[in-house]
Amino acid sequence: MSDTKKCDHHVLHKSRRKVLKGLAAGIGLIVLPGREASASVWESFFQKHFRELSRDELKDVIKRLERDYSKQYAKQVTVKTTPPIEGVRYGYGLDLSRCIGCRRCVYACVGENNQSRDPQIHWIRVMQLDKEKGVDLSHAEHYYNPVEVPEKGHFYMPVQCQQCEKPPCTKVCPVQATWKENDGIVVVDYNWCIGCRYCMAACPYGARHFNWGKPKLPSNEMNPNTHYLGNRPRPKGVVEKCTFCIQRTREQPGRYPACAEICPVGARKFGNLLDPGSEMRYLIENKRVFIFKEDLNTQPKFYYFYAT
Amino acid sequence: MSNIWHFLKGTLILVTKGSKAYYSWVLFLLTLMVIGAVAYIQQLNEGLIVTSMRDQVSWGFYISNFTFLVGVAAAAVLLVIPAYVYHWKPIKEIAVLGELLAISAIVMCLLFVTVDIGHPERFWHLIPKIGILNFPQSLLAWDVVVLNTYLAINLTIAIYILYSLYYKREPNKSFTTPLLLLSIPSAISIHTVTAFLYNGLGARPFWNSSILVPRFLASAFCSGPAFMIIIFFLVRKYTKFKIEDKAIQKVAELIAYAMFINLLLLGAELFKEYYTASAHLAPVQYLFEGLHGHSALVPWIWTAMIFNLTAFFIFLVPDTRRNNVTLIIGCFLVFIGVYIEKGMGLVIPGFIPDVLHEIYEYAPSSIELLLSMGIWATGLFVFTMLLRVAIPIMNGDFHVADDGVGSYIGDELFLVKQDSKEEIETGVLVDEYAE
Repeated sequence: MSDTKKCDHHVLHKSRRKVLKGLAAGIGLIVLPGREASASVWESFFQKHFRELSRDELKDVIKRLERDYSKQYAKQVTVKTTPPIEGVRYGYGLDLSRCIGCRRCVYACVGENNQSRDPQIHWIRVMQLDKEKGVDLSHAEHYYNPVEVPEKGHFYMPVQCQQCEKPPCTKVCPVQATWKENDGIVVVDYNWCIGCRYCMAACPYGARHFNWGKPKLPSNEMNPNTHYLGNRPRPKGVVEKCTFCIQRTREQPGRYPACAEICPVGARKFGNLLDPGSEMRYLIENKRVFIFKEDLNTQPKFYYFYAT
Repeated sequence: MSNIWHFLKGTLILVTKGSKAYYSWVLFLLTLMVIGAVAYIQQLNEGLIVTSMRDQVSWGFYISNFTFLVGVAAAAVLLVIPAYVYHWKPIKEIAVLGELLAISAIVMCLLFVTVDIGHPERFWHLIPKIGILNFPQSLLAWDVVVLNTYLAINLTIAIYILYSLYYKREPNKSFTTPLLLLSIPSAISIHTVTAFLYNGLGARPFWNSSILVPRFLASAFCSGPAFMIIIFFLVRKYTKFKIEDKAIQKVAELIAYAMFINLLLLGAELFKEYYTASAHLAPVQYLFEGLHGHSALVPWIWTAMIFNLTAFFIFLVPDTRRNNVTLIIGCFLVFIGVYIEKGMGLVIPGFIPDVLHEIYEYAPSSIELLLSMGIWATGLFVFTMLLRVAIPIMNGDFHVADDGVGSYIGDELFLVKQDSKEEIETGVLVDEYAE
């Protein structure tokens, strides 16, 4: 990025922020942004809910986002809107007997999904638990940091969005900025979310994360292959969450989520619950399986199991 | 139309006139408001990261204040019921003050919610038709509806009554009575819905208790009226407006009942949690005794418990209730006690321990404190302005001039110490037998 470009970008960003601020508080901080920037700001301000956009409007929105992101990160960024595939409902399996707590999944997820590096946002949380106590969260260690994992006498339980069949988070959203897609993935429209965080209070799994500050994502680490409802860059002040790597799993042929792909011990399984021949169906039918916080009747599509 | 214009012009002239005490009070509030605004600008610039809230504790001081103030707003109904349902004259004369308090409290509520959200400029997403209001699914959508309805009802009633009095007209009963009656369920609805907002979340056992709504209502009927009594004493001391002792006494009596129910319900909750001693006990333990060495809220909640209990006895025993000094002390104790219990004491343990049993101890940051102070100042400023206009109107010191166009201002000074004790006492006697 050349110096002038950097400067432009900086100015553009500042004025955009100022416009939003002025609108929000009416404090009168408005500085008229450049013509190009101003159009972008107003278009984004008046943008409709994702599901209410017509085909043409959607095209314009995507064009605008791709232009803005490409400029911001100085590389060609694509924003897909791939719809759910007919006859597919995703399910995830996690083998607690295999997981060694290395957290490679955590960081593969961060890299794939463009989470903020500072402040750090992780969509996966791995807890270290005592073998003696079993799945007893009150003794969970969240920030374990030994030289080597796994540690003796412990097992590890990664938690991420459980993609509930009956998600309590989408029900509470006052503006329907988050919903469950037909393939079972719970998504957020970052351009519609008002940042009230009611969904975070409602989620029993701590799966939702808020951009408390402006997310920092270095250009060279930015993954340019993005989905509107998934890993495209987020602004500050909105909620984000795991989408089973919607940008990968909806491709045809589909790819595994980044966390499943990187797992060195094969503890993570992924597949189509509606396909009787899938690995997921085999696991559910043949292994000892449990779902997390079953009593809340959220009906997760994230299955913990013991293969050995 | 020109009538309204002249009325507005009159009020503008009126609010700029007052005693030294009035000016310094208003200046003090304005200073705090400016400080709050500066804090808000910084928060808008950097994001909510300037607060102490994080993913584990995703609501904090702002929402705590919001929750408490919904209670204060709802409590105006405690004046409306005796005044307009039972036509009890001593309270009827002061019920309008309760409505003005409700308006100010709702203004604060809306401000606290606004500063808490990440994208306030997207508020229009909440407007039906233009945006999408997730009604009736989301309880937050319900809250938006009932809070604004309640605000609109109270504004309409208060402004209409005052406007009529200003033009020396008797308010039209067929207009005010239905609205006043509507304001009663509306007041209950704002507090019920706000309690449901927390109540409906299975993820948070601390809130997921069916006793939450009655607990909310009971504590609201303590804190709101306690604030009203303090205001009554101030108004009586610093303006010519007369408020009878028996009106104050009646309100104090109601506080005693409400506090009893509040304490009873709290006891029921504590029994259930401690006797069952399930995993759901953790947040209660965190609040009352500390958990795994974390105990930031413990001194606060015990302060609240002591304050509430002491106040209960002050309001229960006739001697201390009738003594103005102990009565005022009791009001302060109730207000602070409920502020702790139904503010941070209610919101924070919902998040500690969090859903994965992590403990992140929360204490508001300086930006949160300054900004909240600014909002409280704004609310008190609104309330002061409303009283500045309402009290002279009700005293007959501010009304339409004889030419029927301009306005007559008899009371140039506001907030002046009165020594009209005798007058008030005779007033009581006369009224007592007048009915």
